[in-house]
Amino acid sequence: MVDRPGWVPDDVDLTRPSVARVYDFYLGGSHNFEADRTFAQEILAALPSVPMLAQENRGFLRRVVAHLCAAGIDQFLDLGSGIPTVGNVHEVAQQANPHAKIIYVDHDPVAVAHSQSLLSDNDRAAAVSGDLRDPASIFTDPVLQAHLDLDRPVAVMMVAVLHFVDDDQHPAAFIAEYMRATAPGSYLVISHGSTDERQDMIDAQELYNNRAESPNSTRLRSHEEVTALFGNLTLVEPGVVRAPQWRPDTPDDLPPNVETCPLFAGVGRRD
Amino acid sequence: MQAVLHTSYVSMSRADLQAFLTELAAKLLDAFTTERFDRSVPHNVGTAMVTAHFTTATSLERSLMVLGEELGRAVTTPGHSTRLAAVQGALAAGYAQALQDRTRHELERISAAAFTARSAAEQARWASETRFKAVFADAVIGIGISDINGAILEVNRAACELFGYTAQELSERSMFDFIHPEDKPGVWREVKEMMAGSVDHLRMEKAYFRKDGAQIWTDLVLSLIRDPDGEPLYIVGMLEDITERLRLQTRLRHQAQHDPLTGLPNRTLFFERLGTALEAGTAALGVCYLDLDGFKAINDTLGHELGDELLRIVAQRLTTELGPDGHLVARMGGDEFVILVDDLDDGTDGADGADTGRRDELRRVAQRALDTVRHPVVLGNHQIIISASIGVVARGDGGREATELMKAADTTLYWAKNDGRDRYALFDSDRHRTDVNRYELSARMPEALARGEFVLDYQPLVRLTDQRVVGVEALVRWALPTGERLGPSKFIPLAEETGLIVPLGRWVLEQACRQAVQWYEVANGTGEPRTRLLLSVNIAARQVRHPGIVEDVARILEETGWPAHALQLELTETDMMGTTGTPLAALRELKAMGIQIAIDDFGTGYSNLAYLRDLPVHVLKLAGPFTTGRSPGHDGGVDEVDVEVLALLIRLAHTMGLSVTAEFVETAAHFERLRRLGCDIGQGWYFAPAAGPEVIPQLLQGKVPPPPQPG
Repeated sequence: MVDRPGWVPDDVDLTRPSVARVYDFYLGGSHNFEADRTFAQEILAALPSVPMLAQENRGFLRRVVAHLCAAGIDQFLDLGSGIPTVGNVHEVAQQANPHAKIIYVDHDPVAVAHSQSLLSDNDRAAAVSGDLRDPASIFTDPVLQAHLDLDRPVAVMMVAVLHFVDDDQHPAAFIAEYMRATAPGSYLVISHGSTDERQDMIDAQELYNNRAESPNSTRLRSHEEVTALFGNLTLVEPGVVRAPQWRPDTPDDLPPNVETCPLFAGVGRRD
Repeated sequence: MQAVLHTSYVSMSRADLQAFLTELAAKLLDAFTTERFDRSVPHNVGTAMVTAHFTTATSLERSLMVLGEELGRAVTTPGHSTRLAAVQGALAAGYAQALQDRTRHELERISAAAFTARSAAEQARWASETRFKAVFADAVIGIGISDINGAILEVNRAACELFGYTAQELSERSMFDFIHPEDKPGVWREVKEMMAGSVDHLRMEKAYFRKDGAQIWTDLVLSLIRDPDGEPLYIVGMLEDITERLRLQTRLRHQAQHDPLTGLPNRTLFFERLGTALEAGTAALGVCYLDLDGFKAINDTLGHELGDELLRIVAQRLTTELGPDGHLVARMGGDEFVILVDDLDDGTDGADGADTGRRDELRRVAQRALDTVRHPVVLGNHQIIISASIGVVARGDGGREATELMKAADTTLYWAKNDGRDRYALFDSDRHRTDVNRYELSARMPEALARGEFVLDYQPLVRLTDQRVVGVEALVRWALPTGERLGPSKFIPLAEETGLIVPLGRWVLEQACRQAVQWYEVANGTGEPRTRLLLSVNIAARQVRHPGIVEDVARILEETGWPAHALQLELTETDMMGTTGTPLAALRELKAMGIQIAIDDFGTGYSNLAYLRDLPVHVLKLAGPFTTGRSPGHDGGVDEVDVEVLALLIRLAHTMGLSVTAEFVETAAHFERLRRLGCDIGQGWYFAPAAGPEVIPQLLQGKVPPPPQPG
């Protein structure tokens, strides 16, 4: 026998950083390894505001889930969910509505394994392994089908994930495919890194994409490009804005320099 | 509180967070001011901060600073100072311990997750490998894996059995050791393209030599395996043994294309080869269509078994004689064989010469076929001599399509049969066209009869003594819708072949009788003498043989009211002499009814004059040459011998009590001579041509031809 078939992928390599674990590190978590932390520190040197961005993103996630629960949404499909660190979707949603159902999807096997372990005694939330660029295989996953009723509205979450999808992967096309598969009244949630008016973001993107061990190359997008990803969905007020500006808890809750916060966020509704 | 905000991510709204931190601050203040210090209170506050996810060290640092600054203002006694230190210390200890616990816990979880994920991947790989091994080892199809240079790395048991080599022997070889002479051109170039990564899949039927030298055929599928970066890595070959299947296919194909009796190619294969040859555009191509003469008689007398034996012998002779020259001998069915003469060597250069040369070669092939068939055949205890007839057609003469060519060959074969058998006939396009026209005419005839396309003309019969019209001969014409009029010689023989002569003859007789009755009645009305003309109608042998002939004639006479004694039926000499038995009885019955019987065209056949006396005949109609003379005499006059023969015939007829009618009376000289010799009746252009019924009444008025009008 040929000693090791080359066509069986080895996809668990802890010596390479993972987006999910690096993000956890920025949020102050310890769900990470040496390679993740080293990589995170290098980015941090180029862009010291990264942890703040991670927090703003997390803050947006909390507010948007709470808002959607208040709007009557009780099903969430979180694509590119990463490590279910503090304040993740099911915690926020099930606090508002204990019957809310959540499916996490990630392509990182460690993130999925961790999520499954964390959710082992939660029968309304589950994590599945999948590639968000392939809606057809996501929707046919038996675990997803057991949890979500696609004849009823669902919130499709793509939070801080689409900037890892390049244009040649046709994000607008697969986003539209997700929304076609959902019922009217469903929502699409996007937060997305941006280079608008931020030279430091441009530099960081370059640094990131030029590193051999970078887990996913990034494609930061402008306000106009992010808005285009919503296609023909109806944007929920206030539209696509800087993440802290999306329905802050209080008007004075805005951080300084909010106008240059390099993270856009928005919610679209399928009518 | 502002101090710790944003030091860590805490999932709370600002209001909740404010309430949370205010409560913690109150607890710390309480711990500072209470009389009896409880270390667990600030300790728990530290724990609560970590639980709320204030997990960065800055959070603790800022908290301790704020605590020191705010409570430091209240320090007035050493006791206060000690208490403040104790509160800060307990807070720090509680925070540190909780953070340590949390960090350990999280690390433990992520490590466990990593382990789980990795073992899941291992599990999947193991399962995949195990399945692969099972599929590989136990597959009934042969599987081999080579590197991209073709070196064989691994083979399964089925592959070893297929090739007859051990796995060790195979793994010392390369794919290129299995190049086979029957490999399709270009196959190995494609394999090299696969090794270079430009082709991912190949499928072919491929032959191999086994270790023992035997040849096997396989259905081979090659697939390229690439590494994760897309670089070619291995080639997997899957081989299914299709040797038996191909052998069966070959046998079935042979069966479908060969005649089981003689083993010759059958008509299917023949037409396939003919089609291929025609498509290939071989100019030099011809067909000999052979049919044994009298085979049915041999079959009937000697039996089918010997008949089959004869067919086998003929098949074998033809193959032996012509096969070595590359001609295809096939059996079309029954006793019909066909020889496809392909790639004729014309031996000349010019186009016309080439055509002639080709036909000569075809003739030679046909002649050789005839000769080989002619050799005596021993069948059981019999030695018999047989012969064949052959239709020979060269490409282009008989049409471009296979079916046209074969139809032409069939027609030509029929000519050879008709021309006397034991010969070949060469296709002749003029003759073929005539045949086709005849066929088309005879096919149209029933419809033409129904649509009234047949018409009758009448030619007067003139008494030579007084030149009065005493009768008419009814002559049938076919007026085609195209306007063309056909004489009886063009269609009566066809009608006799098809049998249509019976209804057509019936129609002619009925029509003629009606017409004659009409003339008679008109004459009556005009006060002219009621002349009862003799109506003469032709009748064919086939009509006389028809069982209902007597009844038909009687019915027609009764229905039309024409008297039997005024009707004359004409049979040709040939038809009359061949008439015996029942038909002869019918003639006698017709005679008994009062009908006159005439022998038409007398002198063209070989009459038995003695027999003539016994026939129920009244009239001899002398054939044209007696009237016109067979050969020109001296001075452009009439040959004296001819005149003597004519005189003798007329005397002979009169001796036997027969009346004599002469046809083809075309000149005054003819007329004078016949009258001098005592001939009774004449007909011909000198008196009047055949014409429509409307001209007859005026011919009854006087002599024909009328004397020339003066001046």
